[in-house]
Amino acid sequence: MPRTAFPTIDRRGFLALASTGWLTPISRLLADQAESNRRPAQSIILLWLDGGPSQLETFDPHPDTRIAGGTRAIQTAARGIQLAQGYEQLADQMGQVALIRSMVSKEGDHERGTYLMKTGYRPDPTVEYASIGAICCHELPVGQTDIPRHISILSGRWPSRGGYLGAEYDAFQVGDPRGELPDVVSTISADRQKARVADLEVVERAFGRGRLGRVTATHHRETIARARTMMTSEQLRAFDVSREPAEVRGEYGETPFGRGCLAARRLIEVGVRCVEVTLGGWDTHVNNHAIHATRAKELDPAFAALLRDLARRELLDRTVVLCGGEFGRTPKINPLGGRDHWPGGFSLAIAGGGLRGGQAIGETDPEGIKEPARPMTIEDVHATILTVLGLDPARENTAPATGRPIKLSAGRPIRDLLG
Amino acid sequence: MRISMRDLGFLAAMAAGAAVVVGGMVRPMIRASASPTPARSVAEPCPDDIVKRVDATFRRIWASEGLAPAARAPERAIVRRLSLALCGTIPSLEEIRRLEDLPEERRVDAWLEQILHDRRSADYLAERFARVLVGTEDGPFLKFRRRRFVTWLSDAILANRPYDAIVRDLIADRGLWTDHPATNFLTVTIDEKTERPTPERLAARTARAFLGVRLDCAQCHDHPFQPWKQAQFRGLAAFFGASHCDLRGIRDTENDYRPTDRKGKELPTIEPDVPFLPELLPTSSAASPRARLADWVVDRRNSALARVTVNRVWALLFGRPLAEPVDDLPASGELHPALTLLADDFSASGYDLRRLIRAIASTEVFRLDSADNDAGLEHEAAWAVFPITRLRPEQVAGAVFQTGALSTLGPDSHWFTRFLVYNGRNDFVRRYGDTGEDEFDVRAGTIPQRLLMMNGKIVRDRIEDGLFPASSNLARLAPDDRQAVEAAYLVVLTRRPTDEELGHFVGRLAGSTGDDRKHRIADLFWTLINSTEFSWNH
Repeated sequence: MPRTAFPTIDRRGFLALASTGWLTPISRLLADQAESNRRPAQSIILLWLDGGPSQLETFDPHPDTRIAGGTRAIQTAARGIQLAQGYEQLADQMGQVALIRSMVSKEGDHERGTYLMKTGYRPDPTVEYASIGAICCHELPVGQTDIPRHISILSGRWPSRGGYLGAEYDAFQVGDPRGELPDVVSTISADRQKARVADLEVVERAFGRGRLGRVTATHHRETIARARTMMTSEQLRAFDVSREPAEVRGEYGETPFGRGCLAARRLIEVGVRCVEVTLGGWDTHVNNHAIHATRAKELDPAFAALLRDLARRELLDRTVVLCGGEFGRTPKINPLGGRDHWPGGFSLAIAGGGLRGGQAIGETDPEGIKEPARPMTIEDVHATILTVLGLDPARENTAPATGRPIKLSAGRPIRDLLG
Repeated sequence: MRISMRDLGFLAAMAAGAAVVVGGMVRPMIRASASPTPARSVAEPCPDDIVKRVDATFRRIWASEGLAPAARAPERAIVRRLSLALCGTIPSLEEIRRLEDLPEERRVDAWLEQILHDRRSADYLAERFARVLVGTEDGPFLKFRRRRFVTWLSDAILANRPYDAIVRDLIADRGLWTDHPATNFLTVTIDEKTERPTPERLAARTARAFLGVRLDCAQCHDHPFQPWKQAQFRGLAAFFGASHCDLRGIRDTENDYRPTDRKGKELPTIEPDVPFLPELLPTSSAASPRARLADWVVDRRNSALARVTVNRVWALLFGRPLAEPVDDLPASGELHPALTLLADDFSASGYDLRRLIRAIASTEVFRLDSADNDAGLEHEAAWAVFPITRLRPEQVAGAVFQTGALSTLGPDSHWFTRFLVYNGRNDFVRRYGDTGEDEFDVRAGTIPQRLLMMNGKIVRDRIEDGLFPASSNLARLAPDDRQAVEAAYLVVLTRRPTDEELGHFVGRLAGSTGDDRKHRIADLFWTLINSTEFSWNH
């Protein structure tokens, strides 16, 4: 896997030695240096498969079993790891990708499952947890970014939220990057805009009388000023995928999701911390196999092109790409040829951020009966991602009103994934 | 402030002129002068005694803290507050003009009475209460009917059904979620695997909504700051341990509530028990466990339900609860004396929700100005000045849509208008960012919210581009610039412009005609809608 820093020193090897405690001072120094030279990842791209994809027709095929229902598997660049047919392009990138095949959760409802996967916490009416993208924006520096640093492209029903961190950390929702950005462009002339904003002063002055301090504390005008900065920011061009060469666009696929993935890459290049790109249509209670085949046609080229493109630009090590949905689907095929909700053993794909690819963690039962081996939770996946972003998952933030301390993630990093 | 004949004439002109063509039919948008619903005379007397005692309580507190309260707010500001708090929108020009027909001193009370009997208010309050009772989740497909539930609640609120009767239905009703909408309180928690309502979620919900206690964390461990124990949580959950759901709906059989411990081991069946005041729990084993719990919750000697409800209704009216967080009142120690007074009155009145709203809205503290030169945060903390709080997305949506029309948008509007408003508001709330169950989030607004208000199509349609926006009507109907500016202020901010504002905007309109004039009036609407004053309660 390519590294941007210290390509000759195997950090993992050094750490393993360091932990044994008998390193010579000079090699200890080298180990420390390897550690500090490794720049942490800085962004997350979440490919959100809305509706709950079937693990069997994507990342965890069990060919020639009863539960496969005819789904075939293909070999990949990672030895011994198969993907379901339809993911031929992703198969070539498997050296970069780790699969977690033993995800388990207690939420079999779309909304609750989505909440859990995006925040790393089960829904709790006494606190709104923050999604991992919001946490990332809250914890990492703002830098020179004028546009929202948390973006949801083709948002599903439950886009990522800021939760207790505040609505300013909600993902900014946009549609197909081919269309116009919502609400960002003013349709009136610059002169009229200027006059309107100048007139606002008059109204604000009247309202501020006798309330000035408390009106200032609302930050209303400041927020308007920041919104206006964004309206004129050159960084907005990052949304405009038509600026990419035709062959690049073609690689991602001329689909809304493909364009979303391409925009995601452009956005992280201008400092956006988290981009969520949603591909819907996975809730296949009926006609599971045929529908999954159509989904693969959009997901496979876009996911694979994103990984290739990030690697080409030496951005892959600095970007975590996570792909999955709210749960998996039943091994058993129902009478309508569908699969139902299944939080008891499903898959996620994760790549980039310096994480170790080319491996599959956990295993599901080929009969679809037994619990998966080495069960993994989303809490641990979040803790892993936060760790490669240079954040301590155990760090606590305080929820407003209640003063309750909340960890960035309740899980622990998955050792095998840390590169 | 008295209304002049000229004002009346202006309104009549708008009523006659503002017509909308829908599906080939011409329909009058303003019915005001044709068939005015007279503002209701004060039929049900304001609960004077309790209001006086609450007023005296605040006076005492201010005196002891050396704070001078703000002056009384202008009457239109109070009218706006009431509309936002109870209807989730702002008064229409039609309504403002009608109120001006009444003697000044009666306007606020008349408005309050009218709102309390308005379907819009019942609908809005039902939505707000529904968030507390069933959350904001979509819930299990088919078995949870949110619309049915909210309609049922709205009907109950409009009929002023005693709140204890509503709560009793929520906790103990049986049957199908369609015929017995209260059972949606249970069905929203149905677990996909067990296909039964989830006792733990119901216990947590019951504790927060009806007892003012956040027992949720006692689900896994004893409460760190409050005296709640895990055993108490499990005892409460066990009241729902007999509930099942089948084709006949929610029903109760044998209690088999067996929680699992932290290692996933199943514990023996837990017996239902209440977290405090066990002597009030009926012993009769003939009644279902849920019916016993309902009896205990609504028992007047158990003040928990009254207290948490008062705190919530206070928060709905002020944008901020008396005790924070709204659903976690201290188990011991000092409660705000006004909260205790109002809670005692609420339960003594037979849980009369309308009387409670009327009482709070009639207090001196509700009618204080939000402006006061000396007022700082300590004044706001002691309620010596009306708090400035962020409006909820629904309220902003309601207000934005109302600014687009001169007449009142509500159940009496044409179905097509209602359809557009209903969908438009939902779309607006989605883009503005729903705050979920976190009802009283005090923090600042967001950039996407500002972008939506500045450039969004929804707002643009209301002020300029849509079918018959208010600005075009004003441009056409206002006899002169001065009246156009005044009417725009009344429509958007429910007040008249200051002299400085009037002078400034009349200058902006001066000499304009045709489309240019329409644009300038639209610009004025834009400015008013994007002000702090519009998006914050005050």
